[in-house]
Amino acid sequence: MNEPLPLTPLQQAIVSTLQVLLIFAANLGLFTAITYVERRLLAFMQFRLGPNRTGPFGLLQPVADGIKLFFKEELMPESATRWLFFLAPALSVASAFLALAVVPYGAPVVLPRWGLLPAWLQGRSFPLQIADLDVGLLYIFAITALGVYGIVMAGWASNNKYTLLGGLRSSAQMFSYELALGLSWVGVIMLAGSFRIQDIVASQQGFSWGLPNWNVFRQFPAFVIYLIAATAECARIPFDLPEGEAELVAGFHTEYSSMKFAMFQMGEYINLITVSALASNLFFGGWLSPIAFVPASFFWFLFKVLAFLFFFIWLRGTLPRFRYDQLMQFGWKLLVPAAAIWILATAGFLAFGPAARVAVLD
Amino acid sequence: MDAAGVALFYAFGALALVSALAMVLQRNPTYSAFALVLVMCSLSVIFGLLGSPFIAALQIIVYAGAVMVLFLFVLMLLNVQREVPARAAGGRLRLVAAALVTALVAEVGSVFWRAGLGPAAAGYEASTAKMAALLFSYRYLYAFEATSVLILAALVGAVVLARRSAQ
Amino acid sequence: MTGAPIVQHALLLSLLLFAIGALGVFLRRNIITVFMCIELMLNAVNLSFVAFSRQLGSLDGQVLVFFVMTVAAAEAAVGLAIIIALHRNKDTLDVDAFRSLKW
Repeated sequence: MNEPLPLTPLQQAIVSTLQVLLIFAANLGLFTAITYVERRLLAFMQFRLGPNRTGPFGLLQPVADGIKLFFKEELMPESATRWLFFLAPALSVASAFLALAVVPYGAPVVLPRWGLLPAWLQGRSFPLQIADLDVGLLYIFAITALGVYGIVMAGWASNNKYTLLGGLRSSAQMFSYELALGLSWVGVIMLAGSFRIQDIVASQQGFSWGLPNWNVFRQFPAFVIYLIAATAECARIPFDLPEGEAELVAGFHTEYSSMKFAMFQMGEYINLITVSALASNLFFGGWLSPIAFVPASFFWFLFKVLAFLFFFIWLRGTLPRFRYDQLMQFGWKLLVPAAAIWILATAGFLAFGPAARVAVLD
Repeated sequence: MDAAGVALFYAFGALALVSALAMVLQRNPTYSAFALVLVMCSLSVIFGLLGSPFIAALQIIVYAGAVMVLFLFVLMLLNVQREVPARAAGGRLRLVAAALVTALVAEVGSVFWRAGLGPAAAGYEASTAKMAALLFSYRYLYAFEATSVLILAALVGAVVLARRSAQ
Repeated sequence: MTGAPIVQHALLLSLLLFAIGALGVFLRRNIITVFMCIELMLNAVNLSFVAFSRQLGSLDGQVLVFFVMTVAAAEAAVGLAIIIALHRNKDTLDVDAFRSLKW
């Protein structure tokens, strides 16, 4: 089989554009579906029906929501700082979408040799990932750290003491749980030996003792910590006090209306999708199949992501919310030490355990 | 480095310079803080272009994502207003500052300009594994562990200093 | 590598950023802004470390950047705590207000 020629810059640009369009479109589609599914599922859990009037079974509800948000009046407080006020939701949404760039959605797809495809594309493997960074997980951590700024800016730019407090609380919650989030990944990174997400998925291949080699079995405490920290990162119930509807008005996005509010919501849901995709890549083997001899495919990945999204919606329908001081205490006094101890345990196991791989210090 | 990399370097270098000037010239400290965040993000891109993806990511995580958020928190909690330029910096101070800084730029600038640096070393690979190997090697292991103790000391010190003394 | 002297220009950028930071330390009245200018100077030094690391092909420069970053973060935390304590005392952040140790 002859090696395909390396791509010229123009061809590389076309392939990258295709990847970006594909992943962007898929995530936006999932986002609109999620807004509808969440409302329906929450309704069923609360023993009511949810939106079922717009279109068959209420399926056109996201369209109706979009039209409503589009036509709502754009309000801006008079004493607010204009450019910061406009920048904050843009930053929130931008950081949510930037994190999508390094998440792989499946193994590279080998394009078939159709006559319809241009000659240089046929037979080439098309990665389902926009950028395969060597420091993929670090990049995601960095982008999550930048997401805090959208909230701080929104809280401050509205020139309103409630939004300022809400913004500060929300961002304090976010970066507290970000720490636990990052620490929960360290065990996974140690097992895979690399920050690259493709490597981490590859390290979960194979089966041992009848179970697949997934990190959820090998690193279960880290998985639990990750799930809790991710719920807090996305400000989902039970950690949604900063935007709690009953307290602090609507938190940092009180003064936002119409499209800017929609952008905040979009940022939040895209964050949720990214976090679910990461959970399935880091802990559940990504696109690998749990049953032996069944080939890995994108559909396993999709199934896992949808399962996680269902889990987050389920959490929302079930649990009451944390009080703010309980939230901070839980994050700093329980989660971070637990994650650190687990890292110590994993490192000890790797250094002295059965599969000891000790590097010789030179 | 290919043409796109070079173009990006100059673009983000210019952005860093403009943001730094904005930071120093702004009257309101909160806007200065946002300008500094912009400087750090552009520097992170430049680090990436200079072949250090690990340091680029760390720059965002540590500096832009933690230190600057800390600055913004303190600024917002202390409700810092626009800096009143009342007496501002006296004329003599401005003169001295300008003279000293010009001398610095002239001296160091002439060294850098005529440095005659050859082409950059080839085969430069700054992978995270190599960084980790170097950090845990005999040369830097002690400094690494000492830094962690330093951070712990700073953590405790910051909490104690910022606490209200009447407790 | 193509002819563009990226490393040299990175060093010049680092010098300019350092100079801007130094000017800020001299000329600004608000303590927190002075502190931020110090952070800018530290960043400029980081840039020159990374540039030299690229030039010499050695990772030691990057390890030093790692340490500078960590120490700067620790310093920022303690410095801001001190500033909070000072503000609580004098209710101002003007540099000239804290002159009780001056002779």
